[in-house]
Amino acid sequence: MDWYPLWNSLRIAAISCVIVFFSGIGMAYYVAKLPRIWKGILDVVLTLPLVLPPTVCGWLLLLVFGLKHPVGIFLQSIGVQFVMTWYGGIIASAVVAFPLMYRTARGAFESFDETLAWSGRTLGLSGTYIFWHIRMPYCKQGIIAGTVLAFARALGEYGATSMLIGYIPKNTATISTTVYQLWRTNDEYSAFVWVLVNIAISAVVLLTVNMLEKRGQGRRACS
Amino acid sequence: MSMTIEIHKQLGAFRLDVKFQLEHGVLGLLGASGSGKSKTLQCITGIERPDEGKIIINGRTVFDSRKNINLKTQERHVGYLFQNYALFPNMTVAENISCGVHTVSDKRERTNRIGDIIDRMQLSGLEKRKPAQLSGGQQQRVALARILINKPEILLLDEPFSALDSYLKEQLMTELHTLLVEFQKDVIVVTHSRDEAYQLCDHIAVLDAGHLDVFGETKKIFQDPATRVGAELTGCKNIVKANKIGTTQIYVPDWNLILDTGRYVGEGVQAIGIRAHCFCGEISENAFDITVVEQIEQPFEWIVKFQYLGQNKETKLIWWRFAKTDKPETMPGKLGIKGKNILLLYA
Repeated sequence: MDWYPLWNSLRIAAISCVIVFFSGIGMAYYVAKLPRIWKGILDVVLTLPLVLPPTVCGWLLLLVFGLKHPVGIFLQSIGVQFVMTWYGGIIASAVVAFPLMYRTARGAFESFDETLAWSGRTLGLSGTYIFWHIRMPYCKQGIIAGTVLAFARALGEYGATSMLIGYIPKNTATISTTVYQLWRTNDEYSAFVWVLVNIAISAVVLLTVNMLEKRGQGRRACS
Repeated sequence: MSMTIEIHKQLGAFRLDVKFQLEHGVLGLLGASGSGKSKTLQCITGIERPDEGKIIINGRTVFDSRKNINLKTQERHVGYLFQNYALFPNMTVAENISCGVHTVSDKRERTNRIGDIIDRMQLSGLEKRKPAQLSGGQQQRVALARILINKPEILLLDEPFSALDSYLKEQLMTELHTLLVEFQKDVIVVTHSRDEAYQLCDHIAVLDAGHLDVFGETKKIFQDPATRVGAELTGCKNIVKANKIGTTQIYVPDWNLILDTGRYVGEGVQAIGIRAHCFCGEISENAFDITVVEQIEQPFEWIVKFQYLGQNKETKLIWWRFAKTDKPETMPGKLGIKGKNILLLYA
């Protein structure tokens, strides 16, 4: 049994999760402060990957990073190629998982009691301190939930990934593309193993989310 | 210690125009909800930016639209006690208080100051608790400790007792009064309670729909509020339209009566106010026949609502209140009012 797809899936999911964590929180914080009209417009753009079919996302990514297109040609000239490489999968997963992080984080930021930030400012606390020591802990539940969801989504990504990086065994193969490939080649047994692996990982992720939610409720109940 | 405040700000249909100066002491900002009290405080702290005006605290200009000065909230050194106290829920009492000395670099000094304020505010034993595990009164003390340890130039209290029940309120009001005297800070208290204002404040500014209606010494304003809004907010129950008809005399159309105020009545008088406890059956001054309409019993006093005999029946009932110990054997047929107790209202 070749475990490369598991390792590849995990590293793609982990790295794209880190990217999405910071970009999602950053955008959420920025958008939450915008006036209503801009908020509406940006919100649509940033959430689009969530509702678009992943294949459409993949097609759009190929339009940007494809080797016949300007950005792709430029990147290739400096030695970076997102098409048919394992790290191209990071881009595909990040784009698709981003809205999950962004939306949960934004919801958390919007429920934040702004008087806390203002009272921090009147005490002379810097904006950075307030963000990391007051705002983030206050929004912790939402942000952790968003991160876990984004990780799960990145791990299960198929459509955009298969279009951008295809399936090359021991190279770009991920769990989801492997399952498809094995099914296509009638290797029922191996496909079944990978399906079990996938279900196990997803179950762990969901259990984590539920536990976090319960802890959050418990804490709220005693206040 | 002093402050000069001049704020002009348009907020949709609402316009805030406030201008006053205070040399020293505690100022009460009195007004109905939506009159611009909290907005005024927010402009002083820098949460809101006035369109025009200037704010000078202890000789330091923190905002001046003409000179283009607009200091950040962090640089204004204004202590602000929020209505809900705004304690950081993820931090313990000690951590919350230490936020107030965050900028002090010497660690020894920091710990000393924290220990000192915890003793002074009677918070020992609560250091490790989270705000949610404290009572309302304790939360207020933590919030005040956090502000006072920061050594602000001026203290702003936004309805400090609104989140507390009435028993606690009275107790904390005396505590806060002692504290304010002890710390010798200039203070602005936003309130809509005349009791709070009277007890805590040397000066009172009455706000009405965004503009300053009355400004002056607390005792003087309670004695002679000079405006309808002032009279209402200082608790005057009977306010009625009146016209000057003689040097000392006024005519009250609603009551169809002429009252003698015993003092010179200014030309612009628009209304009079009579506090509910100023009526008396034994006073012969301005005494007229009445009909009692309603009697309401309260724990320690009676409220009697009446009308004058010649009064237009459609107009408002007049309030008379007296302590239960003063209850007369029989209801008097006439009630008098001393001329000096008739408040002349010019706006």
